[in-house]
Amino acid sequence: MGITFRKETFRDDFTFKNSPEHIRRFPFPFNEDAYMYAVNIEPHVVGPKGSVLENLIDVDEHYVAEMQDRALVLAEDPLRCQSLPHMTLAGWDLLELLMEQQALGYPEHFTLERNGDRWRWINRPLGIDDTFTFGDVSTLPYGPMEYITRQSQGDFCILDQRDGNLWMDAGMVTTQADWSLDFDIGMNFFEWHAPVPLAHEKGIFTRALKFLTNIQQGKPARRLNWTMTVNPRLDTSPENYHKWGPDRATVTPENVGDKVHLRVELQSFWRLPRSNGIVFPIRCYLIKMDELVTQPKWARRLHRVIRDLPEELATYKGLTRYRPTLVEWLSKLDDDGPTSPGFGPD
Amino acid sequence: MTAKTIISRPIYGTLSPQPGKHHLFIADAEGALAITDMAGKAPPGFFDGAEIVFIPDPEGKHISALEALEPAQLHLPPSFASLLPRLRQTLTNAHMGLRLYLAGTEGLIGQAMQAALEAGVDHTSIETEHRGSLARRMQCVHCKGITENVTTQPAACSHCGLLLLVRDHYSRRLAAFQGVCINAEDRSEIPPMEEAFP
Ligand code: HEM
Repeated sequence: MGITFRKETFRDDFTFKNSPEHIRRFPFPFNEDAYMYAVNIEPHVVGPKGSVLENLIDVDEHYVAEMQDRALVLAEDPLRCQSLPHMTLAGWDLLELLMEQQALGYPEHFTLERNGDRWRWINRPLGIDDTFTFGDVSTLPYGPMEYITRQSQGDFCILDQRDGNLWMDAGMVTTQADWSLDFDIGMNFFEWHAPVPLAHEKGIFTRALKFLTNIQQGKPARRLNWTMTVNPRLDTSPENYHKWGPDRATVTPENVGDKVHLRVELQSFWRLPRSNGIVFPIRCYLIKMDELVTQPKWARRLHRVIRDLPEELATYKGLTRYRPTLVEWLSKLDDDGPTSPGFGPD
Repeated sequence: MTAKTIISRPIYGTLSPQPGKHHLFIADAEGALAITDMAGKAPPGFFDGAEIVFIPDPEGKHISALEALEPAQLHLPPSFASLLPRLRQTLTNAHMGLRLYLAGTEGLIGQAMQAALEAGVDHTSIETEHRGSLARRMQCVHCKGITENVTTQPAACSHCGLLLLVRDHYSRRLAAFQGVCINAEDRSEIPPMEEAFP
């Protein structure tokens, strides 16, 4: 049986929500009652059935609605998808990876047929059936990166590796936590991470870069990152901050449960075979507080994490204005009881 | 209201004479003094293979000091914009061993660097020295317009009018600092504009 794709929105009337199965599979990012930046990288291997790791590229009930939201963002602002001239080959690498992974994980929804360089790609949820020549840009309606990332959940950065560093030379970025591809394109690993507090001093980025530049083909890695978003809005870009920023001032004790969302990014790192680049998919999962606290362990733990979050991180993540209201609301669900180790619900 | 510096913010040095025969200097304002200071450390005949491009102020300050160096070529364009077509041509046709020296305001260094990067010059091979005003070139992240010579914090975008926090986050590709709406969450909050980059 295939996935039932929800009809929903990530803007205006915000009808996005998670089904009960999707609440349980939510990638809760805290395995203890406190949070600090660390080099939290592990091999990206397949996980339990029914989890977001069941497939290495996860497709879920929000797929169709997310792709519609991406199309709206791109129509308003084409600069969200950019690729420097030397990155086309890496774009083909990414197209291959995403077609293979989606067809492998969800054969009822996606099919890839290859006959030499002649490829046929069927994407049933989006009603696409295209035949093209792999490597020939003129046979696709967009460049290879744009073509496939208009059909894949999450943002994507493609990094070129040279001079022992990674350079953000291409990307499709429409569901970001407040950073600009248009501004950061062409920067190296340390430069685009420049605004992050505390982590540089802790040597996190030096160690992380060392790890990433050594990633081998066929051995992807992953990490989780998180922030919070008011309303289930995918496009929290700096470009549109003057439009979504006011949402942060609308949180009240009455609407916390409905408005405030935990936003988790499942980030993975893959070596690309032809270009030797690295692709960095940033898959965003949203869950509103009312849904999250249906798992008592998560409610307790989130309360403690947000309450004790270092000020620098809270400021960077933009929580300052509504943190007290949120902590007060969560405190009522925390009986000071113990929380079991690990990420999952009890 | 000076934020602590961050890694994307460029670091400038002090011009020093590089080996080689072909040297291109681009300077504005007090940047001329970086060149004359460096001249003291240069070997004899150094300026025989040098072109100096200097964007002078309206009074023509420092022109005679640069003439005194007797460079192979002294070019005095009235503005960076007017220099750009010629600069692109020079960089595209440049000899492999061309050495580039940029001195003066941050806006000048950034824009000349941007032209050099587009021509394929590696940014680490470029000598830079910041002199004079700390005024910033700022890109509004919202409307993408560039505002030149920003001296205040916050600063108004000269295109869309939003009141922007001038961040330290810097893009070499755009030759600009990032400006982000400072009162997006509550427009009724209007922080005072203070002179921050004199
Ligand atoms: C090559 C892959 C990566 C890309 C493209 C990437 C990109 C980014 C970007 C664009 C930001 C936002 C910076 C801003 O505020 O403007 C960010 C934040 C961050 N990155 Fe990375 N990153 C990568 C890998 C990593 C790795 C391996 C780590 C490992 C520890 C890491 C740690 C962080 C942290 C801690 C933040 C701050 C996040 C927060 O508090 O919300 N990144 N990253």
